[in-house]
Amino acid sequence: MSARTLFEKIWDAHAVAPETADTPAILYIDLHLVHEVTSPQAFDELRQRGLKLRRPERMLATLDHSTPTLPAHADGSRPYANAEAQAQVAKLEANCREFGVELHGWDSAGRGIVHVIGPELGATRPGMTIVCGDSHTSTHGAFGALAFGIGTTEVGHVMATQCLLQRKPKTMAIHVDGELPPNVGAKDLILHIIGQIGVDGGTGHVLEYRGKAIEALSMEQRMTVCNMSIEAGARAGLIAPDDTTFDWLRGRPQAPQGEAWERAVAQWCELRSDEGARYDREVRIDATAVKPTVTYGTHPGMAIAMDTPVPAPRNTVEQRALDYMGAVAGQPMAGMPVDVVFVGSCTNSRLSDLREAADVLRGRRVADGVRMLVVPGSEAVRRDAEHEGLHQVFAAAGAEWRVPGCSMCIAMNGDLAQPGQLVVSTSNRNFEGRQGKGARTVLASPATAAASAIAGRISEARSEWGEARSEWRGVRRE
Amino acid sequence: MNPTTRIHSRTAVLADENIDTDRIIPARFLTTTVRDGLGKLCFHDWRYQADGSDNPAFPLNQPEARDCAILVAGRNFGCGSSREHAPWALLDYGIRAVLCSEIADIFRGNALKNGLLAIVIDEARHHWLLAHPGIELAIDVHSQSITLPDGDRIAFQLEPFARHCLLHGVDQLGYLLQHVDAIDDHERRMEAAA
Repeated sequence: MSARTLFEKIWDAHAVAPETADTPAILYIDLHLVHEVTSPQAFDELRQRGLKLRRPERMLATLDHSTPTLPAHADGSRPYANAEAQAQVAKLEANCREFGVELHGWDSAGRGIVHVIGPELGATRPGMTIVCGDSHTSTHGAFGALAFGIGTTEVGHVMATQCLLQRKPKTMAIHVDGELPPNVGAKDLILHIIGQIGVDGGTGHVLEYRGKAIEALSMEQRMTVCNMSIEAGARAGLIAPDDTTFDWLRGRPQAPQGEAWERAVAQWCELRSDEGARYDREVRIDATAVKPTVTYGTHPGMAIAMDTPVPAPRNTVEQRALDYMGAVAGQPMAGMPVDVVFVGSCTNSRLSDLREAADVLRGRRVADGVRMLVVPGSEAVRRDAEHEGLHQVFAAAGAEWRVPGCSMCIAMNGDLAQPGQLVVSTSNRNFEGRQGKGARTVLASPATAAASAIAGRISEARSEWGEARSEWRGVRRE
Repeated sequence: MNPTTRIHSRTAVLADENIDTDRIIPARFLTTTVRDGLGKLCFHDWRYQADGSDNPAFPLNQPEARDCAILVAGRNFGCGSSREHAPWALLDYGIRAVLCSEIADIFRGNALKNGLLAIVIDEARHHWLLAHPGIELAIDVHSQSITLPDGDRIAFQLEPFARHCLLHGVDQLGYLLQHVDAIDDHERRMEAAA
């Protein structure tokens, strides 16, 4: 067989029927993740057609998007943003009961953001195909799984057949050469990459991140990188599994155990692009040139190093984006006054992200007039963070420590910014109104978010601010 | 899905590049559990002023843009989330086709599955249509062509299966269910290999 890319190996292993000129491939889906927002219409469709779930044991459901992040009231009721949000959550609970789907609901110790809990539970594993009615499903590509977002019609297809009709996407290698500088992390890297290839640079492609700088990333950092593949328009992002992956997965609840683990690892070791495998496109990124990076416009492709002057707008749309943001061409983003800081989302809400923010905040205070929200990605992250006392660091600094959920990333649960407020956010989208009507979003790393909260202005986490600086990147050191 | 073969309408233009799914339908409206009635929320924060009245600056609020079923949009329309609420909202609003030089992947797939023609055209034609709102166009799915008032034609390509489904109103889930035996075989092979 000719040399194949990692993507092609996973695709071939899951093709129930290959594509032809007239028909797409039928692709088998190993794991279907479900949340309350994009599933109710699909469950209704099944009910109307009298269909059952083909493989309910290959589904994993959770509550995350519409859920409040303030704790329950004394009577056990939850402070939902509105009755519709509450009804949507109740509907998923009822659907999971009726159809026999495992739900990590309010009572589950495993509840959390869908893209945080899949890996945490070991449900996400190398070589799998994983889908969810959510574009940030690309996160799971960090494990060498082909993972992508789908619409609600396709959610119904997977429920009923465990398959999707798919045209084979193209492949694009992103080689990240060299070593990231010490004050630069995975979020800076992915913002830099999207800034380079553009918000539509990956359209029609599955990205494979490769190279020394990628191999050096921890699993959490790889998830941050793959998570934002969709922000370059890509179908999915992939990183070949290696010892970092296997070490991270070993012993997780749904990971294979004993002999089965050894067999699985032997198979997973084959999951890398062959020598000489060809990609439709290749891009090279110099890791040594990446600096702490933020967005300055209204899509994630408008990203630059925070100390670099904002480029002159090329057209009226870009000018309007700058006007909306209050960014000024020729001026760097560093120093811009901040109203709200959000640390959370499927991009940056894992334990290492919270540590990164806490290391900057420890012994310091959020600036007067700045509101800071820290929302852990899952109940497991919350427990671990509280065990380490991180919640106390945040509370002492004047930040709000919340219950897990998507929160202000998508701002549909009541956590939102007011019109005109500037939010430094560790989330993934800076679209107009994404964090509240008229709210302005600057995407950044947890370290930058925390430093900006202290300074009250967009600010780099300076070296004199933390003995634990080397921890910020979490890069495995040889 | 009902068959979609021809659409005849004047064009409305939203020239901005990268119109994302949050602009098409803001996330705070995604607490719905149905797919109907989302047209009133389409382009909500762009289309209405704070007091709920129509924003006079929104291009689709112009008298000549009302009732246009063909939207010519700036490059990379539909980027962002996988929410199928975006094509549901556009269809309910009255848009039947979106013409663009590049359309985001997930949005395009969702649109075509709902009978919303997400059509990619070449850049030169795209630029011309962006600059000339209100042009009367006839889109024909069968011949994959768009006819302009002067008889000139723009060719486009739809993915062959999507085109087949549009023309014949094929139910894609029904099609998949016809392949149950092959899916069974795949699962048996998978289990044997594990």
